[in-house]
Amino acid sequence: MGLLSKKDAKLITDPLADNNPITIQVLGICSALAITAELKASIVMALAVLFVLAMGNVVISLLRNIIPPKIRIIVQLIVVAALVIIVDLVLKAYAYELSKTLSVFVGLIITNCIIMGRFEAFALANGPWRSFLDGIGNALGYGIILVIVGFFRELLGSGTLLGFKVLGDSIEKTGVYAYGYENNGFMLLAPMALITLGIIIWVQRSRNEALIEDN
Amino acid sequence: MEHLELFFKAIFIDNMVFATFLGMCSYLAVSKKVSTAVGLGAAVIFVMAITVPLNWLLDQYILQEGALKWLGEEYADIDLSFLSFIMFIATIATMVQLVEIIVEKFAPGLYNSLGIFLPLIAVNCAILGGSLFMQSREIESFGLAFNYGVSSGIGWFLAILAIAAIREKIRYSNVPAPLRGLGITFIITGLMAIGFMSFGGMLTGGDKKEVKKETTQIEKIKETKEKTAQLEVTKNANNLANNEKEIKE
Repeated sequence: MGLLSKKDAKLITDPLADNNPITIQVLGICSALAITAELKASIVMALAVLFVLAMGNVVISLLRNIIPPKIRIIVQLIVVAALVIIVDLVLKAYAYELSKTLSVFVGLIITNCIIMGRFEAFALANGPWRSFLDGIGNALGYGIILVIVGFFRELLGSGTLLGFKVLGDSIEKTGVYAYGYENNGFMLLAPMALITLGIIIWVQRSRNEALIEDN
Repeated sequence: MEHLELFFKAIFIDNMVFATFLGMCSYLAVSKKVSTAVGLGAAVIFVMAITVPLNWLLDQYILQEGALKWLGEEYADIDLSFLSFIMFIATIATMVQLVEIIVEKFAPGLYNSLGIFLPLIAVNCAILGGSLFMQSREIESFGLAFNYGVSSGIGWFLAILAIAAIREKIRYSNVPAPLRGLGITFIITGLMAIGFMSFGGMLTGGDKKEVKKETTQIEKIKETKEKTAQLEVTKNANNLANNEKEIKE
């Protein structure tokens, strides 16, 4: 990449796989599981987190020399809460139906530990440009997992992708349904989100043995 | 009765971890040993018991649409509900800090054993989620809000206790290497969530399902009727067309 130096590019590519916030650092899992029954909701959620994390990282990085360390958690929470209110109001204005399906989970971006984790680990010690890139990278790593989980859950659970019927019509028995395929409604329920994520971790760690834990 | 129903509902049916996936991060990170899990679980119950009723008061008398009536008639149509995120999180952060100071002063032994977990609670989404669900489900009274806070805290405590006990024992079993640690914990949580789903029929859930079945059956009958009607219409149209053709010929 000509635009970024090698060190800066690594800030973006690292969190995508080998240092993924969800599967390796175990951060921000709550929202990753709760809203992934549809692909569309997971994409919107990923974009919302991208905005909040990138902007928040820049703000905290600009303020890093002013914030007294004792009250930094409250300051960080207020910055995130302000950004999340912007996202929430924009969603309510332009995508009201979607904001209903996301319900309280937009508000819960505030307590998404990826955001606090990046503030603490990166933005408090680095300049605004690098913090911005770090925010983008981590939000993309989070988004990738969200999109994968959302893809499989919507495809196997309701036979659609982004609302389009990919596998044929289940009532008129066209496409795959003509051969006796049935939608697995269980994929839409809560437990399968956990098991799908478990399988993703399984695949990732069997491809890269360095990530395997002891216990 | 209302209290009892809310109590069991919050613990089993709408369990924070298994039904809504709140507080998963600390649930996964702090569940390697039973003793630490118990400490964090107790702290979560305590903080939730304080913040949910407090946020209920805030919501009721400041944030809701028309909540500012007590200030005077001219304030009656002010709607501050867009501020609820910032107010709730500020309450939670200050309460956590306050609890930390009080515990440090009066029970240093407990403070040392909880250590880093107290500040961690501020970013546990179960706490904020409890307040947000309290708001979106429109819980009616202060007592019910307190009950909701305590019982969802107990539900979370139960979940982290169970997973910590399982993870202590799983060390002795032969898990495939790539699944060790995080992977198997996810899958076990998924299986436990399936178990907790069966609590759904415990209260009024059973009645609701029957009603749903009836409506769906009625809808199906309607659909089939409509379809047959449509088919008949098209058949008639075809017949008419055929007749016309014959007449022309």
